[in-house]
Amino acid sequence: MAELSGNFLYAAFLVYLIAVPIFGGAIRGNKDKKGRPNRWANIGITLSIVGFFCHLGYFITRWAASGHAPVSNMFEFTTAFGMMLVLAFIILYFLYRLPSLGLFTLSIALLLIAYASMFPTDISPLIPSLQSNWLYIHVTTAALGQAILAISFVAGVIFLLKHVDQTKPSKKTFWLEAIMFILVTTVAFIAITSAFRLAGYEAEFNWVDKSKEKSVMVYEMPALVGPHQGELLTEGRMEPLVDLPALFSGRKVNTVIWSFGAGLVLYGALRLIIRKRISALLHPLVKNVNLDLVDEVGYRAVSIGFPIFTLGALIFAMIWAQLAWTRFWGWDPKEVWALITFLFYAAYLHLRLSRGWHGEKSAWLAVIGFAIIMFNLIFVNLVLAGLHSYA
Amino acid sequence: MKQVKCECGHINPVGTVLCESCGRALQETQPPLADMRYDGSARRSQTYNKTIIDKIWNFFSSVKVGIWLIVITLAASAFGTIFPQEAYLPPGAQADTYYKEQYGTFGQLYYLLGFHHLYGSWWYLLLIASIGISLVICSLDRVIPLYRALKNQGVRRSPAFLRRQRLFSETVTVLNGESKEKIVTLLKKKHYRIREKEGSILAEKGRFSRWGPYVNHIGLIIFLIGAMLRFVPGMYVDETLWVREGETAAIPGTDGKYYLKNNQFSVETYNSKTEKKVFADAIDRVGDGRVAKNFQTDAVLYKREGKIVYGEKPKLEKVTEEDIRVNQPLRFDSFSVYQVDYKENQLDQMVFQLIDKKTKKSFGSLKINLLDPDSVYDLGNGYKVEIASYLPDFYFNQDGEPSTKTKIPNNPAFVFNIITPDKPKGEKSFVAIQETIEGSGNNKYKLKFDHVETKNITGLTVRKDLTLWVLAVGGAIFMIGVIQGMYWQHRRIWLHSQDGAVMVAGHTNKNWFGLKKDLAFILADSGLTEPVDQKELIKTQK
Repeated sequence: MAELSGNFLYAAFLVYLIAVPIFGGAIRGNKDKKGRPNRWANIGITLSIVGFFCHLGYFITRWAASGHAPVSNMFEFTTAFGMMLVLAFIILYFLYRLPSLGLFTLSIALLLIAYASMFPTDISPLIPSLQSNWLYIHVTTAALGQAILAISFVAGVIFLLKHVDQTKPSKKTFWLEAIMFILVTTVAFIAITSAFRLAGYEAEFNWVDKSKEKSVMVYEMPALVGPHQGELLTEGRMEPLVDLPALFSGRKVNTVIWSFGAGLVLYGALRLIIRKRISALLHPLVKNVNLDLVDEVGYRAVSIGFPIFTLGALIFAMIWAQLAWTRFWGWDPKEVWALITFLFYAAYLHLRLSRGWHGEKSAWLAVIGFAIIMFNLIFVNLVLAGLHSYA
Repeated sequence: MKQVKCECGHINPVGTVLCESCGRALQETQPPLADMRYDGSARRSQTYNKTIIDKIWNFFSSVKVGIWLIVITLAASAFGTIFPQEAYLPPGAQADTYYKEQYGTFGQLYYLLGFHHLYGSWWYLLLIASIGISLVICSLDRVIPLYRALKNQGVRRSPAFLRRQRLFSETVTVLNGESKEKIVTLLKKKHYRIREKEGSILAEKGRFSRWGPYVNHIGLIIFLIGAMLRFVPGMYVDETLWVREGETAAIPGTDGKYYLKNNQFSVETYNSKTEKKVFADAIDRVGDGRVAKNFQTDAVLYKREGKIVYGEKPKLEKVTEEDIRVNQPLRFDSFSVYQVDYKENQLDQMVFQLIDKKTKKSFGSLKINLLDPDSVYDLGNGYKVEIASYLPDFYFNQDGEPSTKTKIPNNPAFVFNIITPDKPKGEKSFVAIQETIEGSGNNKYKLKFDHVETKNITGLTVRKDLTLWVLAVGGAIFMIGVIQGMYWQHRRIWLHSQDGAVMVAGHTNKNWFGLKKDLAFILADSGLTEPVDQKELIKTQK
């Protein structure tokens, strides 16, 4: 069952991978006489649905294998988030029929699945605090809410790719390009992690943590920075250039440095080949989109996603917290960042009432909103210690 | 109160932007498209600005101020997650030194600024309270005039109003009865409610969604009130209860009404051999016995019978017998008892052998209950052990004398008096873990340590929270309001014939795409031009 589940996920990944260039073709093609999307778009959305069902197959079989909803660690949650993102896209596609939404959303979903696989993929049993039906009620609703909100980010990026003037460098081109750079860096992170994993690289260190206790840390990439008072145990591995203070996890900081380094190299290489900004390269892809419509898709995604997010990430979360942790609210970092996400989108919805915040400003806000969601997923889980540090 | 009379004869309250009845602009400067927010009604905050109350009202009624309050709260909340809050420090850590030791100067600054208990600080609570006030005033400032405007809206609107709608078209034709009938049928098919007056049509749907924001604000206010109720005495109990296996303890917060017995406390961990095969890799990665599977107290709940008589043992009646686990608290009355902590293998009984130091002959053994030791243990045949002194948590105090830190037997020590047939006065002996000091230095008999018996202690949290239902009501109303406002839209379509032309205009508060589709649907084959998006026209003209 576990193996079948893995195969379903591979299948979903492949189908999405094929759907991306097909949506790319659909954007270039014209609409038919009645203004409906062309044949390529129909193939694209069919593939998206097929991919989604494979993805759902992964989810259900993994659930059957373990006996609990597969949303209990970084790999499982991120994969489920990717699945919800595709579902959110399918819903919004049938409302607005925008092939460009498919091109970008499926690319993000692919990145999410690949990113998820960089974490341990074993099926783990649940610790006592997770043994509750609220696990799947709370986590899947929250993930669906976040995924629909993320569609507003995709719409925002499409808006900005078309709207921002690429003929001369400006603050706007810089920040739009920064989004592209982060996406490239994510690809680079996935590439080097997989490369070192294939090569079987491992280096063990003895180190002293912040409560002055000795323990062992395993690096899966050559150590540019070592752990606090680190002592290399594996022979023939690279000695770190510097040791970090005890406050930081050497392994994580090392991975971040490697990823940014590889991201810079990859981005630099891309720029050398294409001779312009990545956002300028993508600009022609979106030249036919209607900005008002894309703006409305973004707003609609927030309108649909906000209630679901509130229900899953705050209300269901509070009910479960009252059961498992004795209190519905405890200012744990994850809780606080869910509240911040809620407040941010509440501010967004109120700003939509004022004149001058539609269009470009809304698009930038959608980008910031997604940044907050990803911060809550990645940074809060991996860096800020708290009750939600399951990875 | 001054009032404004429109050309059409309708009398509007002062401050009205668009006539409630016909929609003519009542104010001099006009943007190319009508400002349809709150339907151009007169809002108090836009009309009065004289007294101090007006000024406060106007301040809090501004959505801009509301957004700033939200953004400031958001930023402040983020600050609180840079370092752990005081409540999440490791046990025994002192805030005044911890932040400096762990995080250096920045950590100390964080502590000095009070960010270690940010969410309970007066200024954070003030922010939340301001958001609450802003919610109330913003809502009142808008909902009343909006209600008035929508209730009074006329069916027959002035052409000036229709021309200034975002979706508008004008066709030079005369609408015959048949075409009109068909449009009305199609509108009804799309669930529009139709009103007609003098040949003009107003089709409207989803008006109730306009109340969504006010409903969800009411929900939020109820939620905030619920959160404040916690500070009302009697509404909230949060106590800790430690119970040793086999013991019965009064449950704090219940005024001695309830007692809880801990029959057994157990910890289970995952083992790769006994669990499902799919878990094997994950368990082996961290090791057998390293991942917790279950924390459980086998508990019995008792209720006291009769009145409390001090000094007397309470009469207890069994209420229920339940297992308390994480995620499965024991509930009774309005209380819940949660499994939150434990201590395994705590010293409970100590067993000694009385022996002759030379011959090693034993004269019997004694078992001492470390929580409640007897004063004399009679071993028979004239052998007796008296406990002259008992120090459950032995240490040498400042004066270098043996003393006890607490009443918990972490490090028990005894002064025994050993009475035997040949030493009727007894021999004194001081016994602590791994050391024995004899009174005269030359005792014949000795209490030899045999073994200890341990027990587990369960750590429970006793919670009563009578505010929960208020919060639940608030949360439910909030969700209803949000869904009402977000998943439906208020769409209006006007059809107006005048001077040989037919005008069609449309307005919605959200989802213009949906309204355009509706218009395309109802006007198909009607001979009328489909309305154009004048916002896009204005943009292209620029």
